[in-house]
Amino acid sequence: MKKSISDFLKMVLIFLAGKFKKFTMRFKKSKTMKDYMMVYYSDAKSARLTRKKVAWITSGGPVEPLIAMNVIPIYPENHGAMIGASKMGGGLCETAEAMGYSADLCSYARSDIACATVNGGPIGGLPKPDMLVCCNNICGTVLKWYEVQARYFNVPLFILDTPFCHTDYTKEAAKYVRAQFDEYITFLEEVCKKKFDFERLKEVGHLSHQGQLLWQAVLDTATNKPSPMSAFDAFYHLALIVTLRGTKDVIDYYTQLVAYMKSRIARGIGAVPNEKYRLLWDNIPIWHRTRWLSEKFASHNACLVADTYTTAWCGALKYIDENRFLDSAAEAHARIYLNIGIDEMAKMVLAMIDKYDVDGFVLHSNRSCKPYSFGQLDIQSIVEKERGIPCLMLESDMTDERIFSESQISTRIDAFMEIIKERKGKA
Amino acid sequence: MRTAGIDIGSITAKAAIVENGKILGTRVIFTGYNAEAAGLKVYEEVLKETSLDKASVKKIVSTGYGRNSVKFADKSFTEIMCHAAGAHYLDPHVRSIIDIGGQDSKAILLDEHGKVKNFVMNDKCAAGTGRFLEVMARALEVDLDEFGAISIKSNQPSKISSLCTVFAESEVVSLIARGEKRQDIIAGIHESIAARVSSMIARIGVKEPVMVTGGVARNIGVVHALEKKLSVKIEVSPYAQVNGAIGAAFLATSL
Repeated sequence: MKKSISDFLKMVLIFLAGKFKKFTMRFKKSKTMKDYMMVYYSDAKSARLTRKKVAWITSGGPVEPLIAMNVIPIYPENHGAMIGASKMGGGLCETAEAMGYSADLCSYARSDIACATVNGGPIGGLPKPDMLVCCNNICGTVLKWYEVQARYFNVPLFILDTPFCHTDYTKEAAKYVRAQFDEYITFLEEVCKKKFDFERLKEVGHLSHQGQLLWQAVLDTATNKPSPMSAFDAFYHLALIVTLRGTKDVIDYYTQLVAYMKSRIARGIGAVPNEKYRLLWDNIPIWHRTRWLSEKFASHNACLVADTYTTAWCGALKYIDENRFLDSAAEAHARIYLNIGIDEMAKMVLAMIDKYDVDGFVLHSNRSCKPYSFGQLDIQSIVEKERGIPCLMLESDMTDERIFSESQISTRIDAFMEIIKERKGKA
Repeated sequence: MRTAGIDIGSITAKAAIVENGKILGTRVIFTGYNAEAAGLKVYEEVLKETSLDKASVKKIVSTGYGRNSVKFADKSFTEIMCHAAGAHYLDPHVRSIIDIGGQDSKAILLDEHGKVKNFVMNDKCAAGTGRFLEVMARALEVDLDEFGAISIKSNQPSKISSLCTVFAESEVVSLIARGEKRQDIIAGIHESIAARVSSMIARIGVKEPVMVTGGVARNIGVVHALEKKLSVKIEVSPYAQVNGAIGAAFLATSL
């Protein structure tokens, strides 16, 4: 009884803090990522008070129907990134391992499963879900992970199955995925106990599309030399397109960010003070070491100007058509970077190498993320053959800081940069 | 110009002094726990051995995992650069280097000018490194320097299947208990290292001629196992262990 009162009071405090933040934001000329994230998590953590529903959803899942139904989407993967960045992944992974989960299981899954039981982590755990939405376009692990959580929280789970698109999106696949979007809407109507608002979905779809276009515009500023932003900045600014896609906040924030990056370009300011070498990054960041890595590369006058990871949130733009939102969303979700064949992935990597004019390619072989890491060696040899630029493979993990060996990674980066410097010096 | 190279490895520290394309002297000592002190000591010893004056050495390059602890060096390069430079000096035809050191193993591909084209290093694991051999030598109660000579006598190498150094050690202990011959067990250990290193090299593709450098190159058993596994002829220089230091000294000439 005492505990439930204190939990309730805590929720009221969180709610009030969020309201206060929202109020003060009105008078702020430039709103920061922290502002938005604080309001977002305060809304979500006080959802019981405002009688809103919370859905946990995978990062590649279709969020727009949730926003249209006024459901607050929560991303365990975004939470995983926060856990990693606060260097709490190792401890939570140990907890999951003690619960019986294998150390070979994805560290996002391990930390999320552990966090749900101890309400730990950097924000004291995620708000309890009313439903779970799982799309397997990013990996197969999410299926079992979400099943575990559905059992733990005893809430309904919706699974959106996207067949792997080796090269094409077949008619059969289109029909199959599109039909599931209808089932998804029925699922939401049942859980929310209200009719789906298709007019509202149109607005949300428009905002989502605009948000992705703006995110692309942010990333595009890195084509400038020197680049006004690095991939490490993109890793940070990414949070909004992941969590609030389909809302106006995303539009406001990225409009402001594009303007800021353009002003840096106009003033000739680079993310790395003396940018001499430009690099491309592959795979999810090593969240617990972003600062160290950023400084390490900067000490070589090297800027990671682009990455395949943050590009994923605007990578399927070409398939989106606002006027046929659901049909095109089905295709866009099935054809994301992690759900296509190696040759197709390599084509996208080669296009990025040309677009951002990079001198080298850094691949993070991520022990957690099998679908992202599995074809890397092939992609690396395709890049070496087609573009002849040096490639570097780093072995680590996105969240589990126990899987990082500083002196080994340091030597690899130094040696890689020695090769790049020598090649560029000759040219 | 007279220059020096200091290579601080995880087990040994190496120093070399070169002048006008000639090696004047080299020295190897144990690193111990203080990399900085080891760097100073090995440098002083090589100067003493060659009766050279400190002031006569114009430039110094450091390398190895302890490269940044060598405060008196003018510049540091990674082992990859230095082994490439050293091997290119010892034999300009060399196109691949397999360097097996105390705690890492690496393969380096060179172009015709001796410049690094690509490299690959072992993962966070001691299998396929000198440390692996040290652990096995302890388990077998054999001096590591005798490993090569003993293993050559084997006609039927034992099978060591574990990839983990700790588990491989218990595997070796059970082979001893089963009464397998020492030479066969040691030959099996060498084959296990060769298998591990070969699969790593396969990632970048081996190009002949191949040279083995690093302390483990002194073990003829490992070299033979590698030749068998990769089906290539492998060169071993008498300077294999100090190759990194020699390369560092030559890189210092262009500072």
